[in-house]
Amino acid sequence: MLNESKKPDDLIRLEKIKSNLEFRSRYLKELRNYFFANDFIEIETPVMIQSPAPEDYINAPPAGDFFLRTSPELHMKRLVAAGYKKIFQIGPCFREGETGTLHNVEFSMLEWYEIGKDYNKLLISLQKLLLNTIKNATGSTLISFRGRAIDLNEWKSYTVRDAFSEFAGTSPEKAIENGEFEIILTEKVEPNLPKDRPVILKDYPASMAALSRLKEDDSSLAERWELYLGGIEIANAYSELIDPGEQRKRFDIVHENRKKLNLPKYSDDSDFFAALEYGMDSYTGIALGIDRLIMVLTDAPNIREVISFTEPRKSSAVV
Amino acid sequence: MASASDLRKGLKLDIDGEPWLITDFDFCKPGKGQALYRCKLKNMLTGTSMVKTYRSSDKGIEKANLEERDMYYSYQEGDFFVFSDAETYEEHRIPTKQLGNSVNFLIEDALCSVLLFHEKVIEVTLPIFIEKEIVETEPGARGDTATNVTKPAKIDNGYEIAVPIFLNIGDVVKIDTRTGQYVERVKKA
Repeated sequence: MLNESKKPDDLIRLEKIKSNLEFRSRYLKELRNYFFANDFIEIETPVMIQSPAPEDYINAPPAGDFFLRTSPELHMKRLVAAGYKKIFQIGPCFREGETGTLHNVEFSMLEWYEIGKDYNKLLISLQKLLLNTIKNATGSTLISFRGRAIDLNEWKSYTVRDAFSEFAGTSPEKAIENGEFEIILTEKVEPNLPKDRPVILKDYPASMAALSRLKEDDSSLAERWELYLGGIEIANAYSELIDPGEQRKRFDIVHENRKKLNLPKYSDDSDFFAALEYGMDSYTGIALGIDRLIMVLTDAPNIREVISFTEPRKSSAVV
Repeated sequence: MASASDLRKGLKLDIDGEPWLITDFDFCKPGKGQALYRCKLKNMLTGTSMVKTYRSSDKGIEKANLEERDMYYSYQEGDFFVFSDAETYEEHRIPTKQLGNSVNFLIEDALCSVLLFHEKVIEVTLPIFIEKEIVETEPGARGDTATNVTKPAKIDNGYEIAVPIFLNIGDVVKIDTRTGQYVERVKKA
């Protein structure tokens, strides 16, 4: 016998998000189908790792003598170096202290790597992937999100420089100098990006892409782009850096920045560097936040409505 | 001192010498950049609202130094209500308009909780329930014990509440000070 008056809040919540989780399962199947149809192999790499890829502002939760991975990047790159030409992975990643409407400390990342491409060709692949998988899962190439339709057949690209100039009347370089890059991006640029089509922001300042190749004709910019749907950041892509000397230099800058910010030091992944020294062909990589994409596809207002269980934010003293 | 990562809904901050309550909060972190903490704040003295975004690198975030003290309500003096500190007996004069609807439920010697910011009163919380005598209402309908049919009744200070139809002048009722509503009859006239 069910006692309706005693129904736990947790079960009420899980019932409410059931259709989202059903969609999530269906969509993951479509994603895997797409990758298998395009000759990718699915890979699993360790979640507990010794050397997180260093980033200025991304922190890995410690786990005993290890860390929980913030991304599967370096292991996947070692596979590419060993001749795995097309690989993908869907799995959990962790970022300490990141909890909000669009963030959960533990989240699901889709990453894929492919040999012989650059970030422009990768964009064409992403367009095909989204069109194909979303159409199969929803029956439409229009996404209804927050009262508007996002048309997957119409795309718009901005360079970071153009977007900052058009929406904020400043340059990314100046914003970085004043420590305002992120505030301007979230308060002036992102809210003004078109919401009726997918948007690409590309060519980030070199200092904001420690693992990306620089543009041949302008070494102050990195071959990096980000995908936005409905004003929400969904995916980040690079033409991957394959020059070991340059990679070491970039990591050293990040180590130095983290030291200044009093953040934990991460050891360099020596196997990753050995692979770079051995030599790699040009390749691309992309990381896509599965939870956020599902949020957009199910028109969910909060990331917590597309994840079955989320741990509450660690509480510190509240006055 | 607090760091930006301590910010959350419900936290009270001291901004330029005034107390602000975080009424809404979100974390964001665009494009691998530094974390941003977006806060919607309400001024606890004036009630005005503002939006403020803190960066993880921002220094000098101060928690509001708020103090909660037990005080007894003593007497009314013109436009002020006088309270005395339960520990120090020090008197505090609180303007009528700051008490809002609460003035209707103040009873002499009621123990209230008073929130102070640098000696300034921010909020007075009354005991949840108080008891008042009904001084004016239509005669009760004998035998009608339905509680969902109500009629207006006045308590001694003229404040009007809705009470069940069977109540009479002289009955003592329990009132919830948070809602200002009748709860139950505690003594029959």
